[in-house]
Formats: sequence, C-alpha cells, structure tokens
Amino acid sequence: MTTPNGGDRSDRSPWNWLLILPIVLPLLTFLYNSDEPRLLGFPLFYWFQFSCIAVGVICTTIVYQMTKRRR
Amino acid sequence: MNEHLTEITVFSVLFLLVSGMGFVAARWRRPDNLASLDEWGLGGRSFGPWVTWFLVGGDLYTAYTFVAVPALIWSAGAMGFFAVPYTIVVYPIVFLVLLRLWSISHVHGFVTPADFVRARFGSPTLALLIAITGIVATMPYIALQLVGIEAVLKSMGVTGHLPLIIAFAILAAYTYQSGLRAPALIAFVKDTLIYIVIIVAIIVIPMKLGGWDVVFGEAQKKFAASPAPDGILLNANNQLQYVTLALGSALALFLYPHSITGVLASKNRDVIKRNMAALPAYSLLLGLIALLGYMAIAAGVKPIGTDNNTIVPQLFNQMFPDWFTGVAYAAIGIGALVPAAIMSIAAANLFTRNIYKEYIKPNASDADEARVSKLTSLLVKVGAILCILFLDTGFSIDLQLIGGVIILQTLPAVALGIYTRWFHRAGLIAGWIAGMGAGMLMLYNIGNPVTGKLHFAGSAFPLEKLGLDTKMTIYAGIVALAVNLIVAILGTVIARASKVTDGGDATQPDQYLADEGDPRVKDLDLTP
Repeated sequence: MTTPNGGDRSDRSPWNWLLILPIVLPLLTFLYNSDEPRLLGFPLFYWFQFSCIAVGVICTTIVYQMTKRRR
Repeated sequence: MNEHLTEITVFSVLFLLVSGMGFVAARWRRPDNLASLDEWGLGGRSFGPWVTWFLVGGDLYTAYTFVAVPALIWSAGAMGFFAVPYTIVVYPIVFLVLLRLWSISHVHGFVTPADFVRARFGSPTLALLIAITGIVATMPYIALQLVGIEAVLKSMGVTGHLPLIIAFAILAAYTYQSGLRAPALIAFVKDTLIYIVIIVAIIVIPMKLGGWDVVFGEAQKKFAASPAPDGILLNANNQLQYVTLALGSALALFLYPHSITGVLASKNRDVIKRNMAALPAYSLLLGLIALLGYMAIAAGVKPIGTDNNTIVPQLFNQMFPDWFTGVAYAAIGIGALVPAAIMSIAAANLFTRNIYKEYIKPNASDADEARVSKLTSLLVKVGAILCILFLDTGFSIDLQLIGGVIILQTLPAVALGIYTRWFHRAGLIAGWIAGMGAGMLMLYNIGNPVTGKLHFAGSAFPLEKLGLDTKMTIYAGIVALAVNLIVAILGTVIARASKVTDGGDATQPDQYLADEGDPRVKDLDLTP
C-alpha cells in the first residue's frame, strides 16, 4: 500500500525537540527540592512542579500547532 | 447510619443516573451494527477531541489515584507527590509514539498492542506474552477501582460486600451492552463532578484551616515528630526513587492496554496531539488532590481503622455539608466506574484478539469477536470482585505494584517496535523473560520494617542490596527494564549471528504516518 502523497509525508520536525524540556525539567529534583522561596504559602517543591505543568502544556501546544495537518 | 442519610441519598441518586446513561450510551452515535470490536471495543474509532479528553482523562486518573495519592502524601509526605512529575513527563514522552501507534493501528485495524507486535515481529508467541502481560497487569487495577468505591462506602457507614457487588453488577451489565461508548459518555459526568468537588475543596478547606502556610506547617510538624524518613521535602536517599518512579510510571502508563484503547478510539492524529497538550489539566487536578493529604493532617483527620484510603472521604465528611459530601463521594464512586469499564474492555479485547482468534478460532468473524469480548469483559469483572472478596485489600495494592513493573517489560516490543524493526523476536522474548524475572526477584526482596512485611512491600529497591555502599533506593521497574533491554540487545545479536529464523514484518514505513481517510488494509494483517 502506498499513501497518495507517499514520500513527502513525515512526522519529523525541529519543533519536536521542544518536547524534551517538559520531560527533563520535572525530573531534576536538585532544582526544586527546597522549602524557600515560598509562593502563596506553597514551598518551592510544590509550586515549581505545578509550574512544570504549565511548561508541559505550552511546549506540547506549540508542537501541536506547528505540526498540525494543513488542510 | 442515619447521620449519613443525606450523603447516601445524594450518592445513590447520582450513581443511578449515571448507570442509566451507561445503558443509553449504546444508542449514542449509533452505528448500523455494534457487533464488531471496532464498534463495541473502540466506539467506532470515531471520538473527537472533547470525547477523547474526557475518556482518556477519566481512564488514566482513576478513583484509586484520587484516594491513594493523598493517602500516600498523608503518610509519607513529598514522596507521594511523584504523581505530579509522573503525569507531566508522560505526555511529551508518548506524544510521537502514540501518533505512530494510532496510524499503524488505523491502517491495519489493530485493536490491541499485541496485535501490533504480532504483525511487526511476525511472532504469535511474543504477541501472546504481550497479551498475557497486559491482562495480568490490568486485573488487579480493576480490583483497585473497587477499593476506591469501598473507601467511600465505608465512610458512609455502609459495610459488607453486597453494595459493592451490586455496583459492579450494574457496571458489568452496561459495559456488556454499550461497550466503550458507556465509559465515554459517563466520563463527562464523572470528570465534571470531580472538577467541581476539587475546586471547591482546595478553596474552602485551606480557608477553614487558616491558609496554606498553616497546612504545610502542620504537615511539617507531623513529619518532624515521626522517626520515619518522611517530610514535606525529599531527602538525600529518596530523590533517585522519586525520579525513577515518576519516569518509570510514565513509561508504563501508555503500555497499559486500557490507555491504548482510549487512544485508538480517537478519530485522527490531530485529536491525539491536541489531547497530549490538554490532558495535563488533569495533572493539575491530581496535584491539588494530592495536597488534600496535607489538609487532612492539618485538620486532624483520622482514617477509619487502619485503612489510609479513607483519609480523603473522612476529610470531606468533616469539612463539607452532608449534601456536598454526598456529591464528593459520588464523584469518587463514579470515578471508579469509568476506568473499570475501559480496563475490562481492554483486557477482553486482548483475550479475544490474541488468544481466542489466534489459538482457538482463527476464522472468527467480527461478530464472533465482539461476542467473545463482551463475555470476557463480564468474566474479568467477576475476577476483580473475587480478588476483593477473597484477598485482602493490601494484596490488591501489591498486585497493582507488580502490574506496573511487569507492564514495563512490554516496552521494547511495543514502544521501541514502533520505531525500529532491529530487534529479533527471539531477543525480545528473552528480554521479556529476563526483565520479568529480575523485576519479580527485586519486588520479592523489598520489605518494610515499619509494617514488618518481608516481601512485596513496595517498589523502592535499596541499592545496597546490589552491594553498593549507599542508602539510596531506586524504582524496581526501571532496573528490570534495563535488564530486559540489555538481554534483548544481546539476544538479538546472538540470534542474528546464529541465523535463527526471524519473523516477517507486515507493516510498511509510510503506514506509521497514515491519517484519517487513508485506505486501510483490513484483514491482511494476520497473514504473515
């Protein structure tokens, strides 16, 4: 079976590299395993990891938008 | 019993409402014919971004998670927060892999991960191993959903197993009738209820307790007073465990058959991409739920008996008016139904496609497949109930722990298989056996001095047992996976060198990029 536009289709994109950031960042415990500085009463350990969720959403959204199927 | 009357009423009304929806779901997006696995088991492979978001979210973030994660935070502190990095890293990790898996499954009509392995490596034996691993890992997971419901029932003063059996019988009946459409429709209600409850909880409860400073302060005091290595921060010895557990759990998550079922049910690649970006909303929710554990400390909540899983229900009971506690309990109870339904469908599909059709009735028609899957989904639920009735709850949790370690052993064939056909089927089988053995051996040797359990007491493997001079622990699943990979690589090299026959590959490179509307090669997939 060959797809109609065979060769020019690819899921490779330089934007995919952006996915590395939200994978690596939350796993670097030495960056955030600390109480201070606190934010709204939350120790760094907690608010840093909550912020990582936003980083993840932003990075995957950019990759999605940039690699979306053109119609 | 009377003091819980309002709660029980609200809980029952919501539960029955949702059950009704489960039965009606068979008519939702009604196809001409429900009698095929594409329809019964994958909802017609037609779900758009919203349905998929609710379905996969409702599938991955289970009632058990919502009960057990705060319970872990309550007892162990920061370690329990691993659920947050775990559910952050998972989406970018699987982003590209799942897209390709969706495409190849779309083209070939694969229903299970084992279907893919069968075609990719031309090995029914390897596919059988993958299928059995999936079923064995999923069963205790379903049983654990019952633990979630049980914690809620206990808090309402309802004892005995009968209510639990009734709840599961209802679930079994509408899953039988409606297939994947039932959890997809119910997920809307479940997730909406959970979001409402948690948003209210994280605003109201800290306010009542005097703010987040107090919440964290009280938790700090509790952990400082206990001799165990806990605390609201990690210590020098459990950071490696934290990271490897988060990473290992993330790698395992989308190897579970039920996660893949949710993904394959979506209608095109863009739906998956969008969901990888939008699903972390649930991680935020999970992080906030985790902190309920600290709120319970600050509020001085005590679990019922020794069952830590009742911490969150007890906290709600103490903080909310009765009617809202009822809503919260219903959210957890219904929250158990969605994943339990999807898991039983996924396990049933594995049995049908990779055992029944492969070994018992090779010329089974679509209708045969759907019929066998429906019956198997019932059996799977009976099995889960028996787990709860005859094994103690702690044992189900151990099984779930083992489940995570063993499902990881399918990674080389399923996830790496998406990218490379380099591995030899004999190497993969050898790797699976080695990884399984190593994993079991490590889990067997993990004890817990606090509870006095000698074996299977956790997933944190002390590195000193390998002869290293350290108190650090590591997630056993990651080590087992490393063993698996090394053996798979060596096995492949040896098999190639000694010219052992390899299986064929029924897939082609461009099929991994196919999208909605591309032609399918239906029924060609099982001819090697």
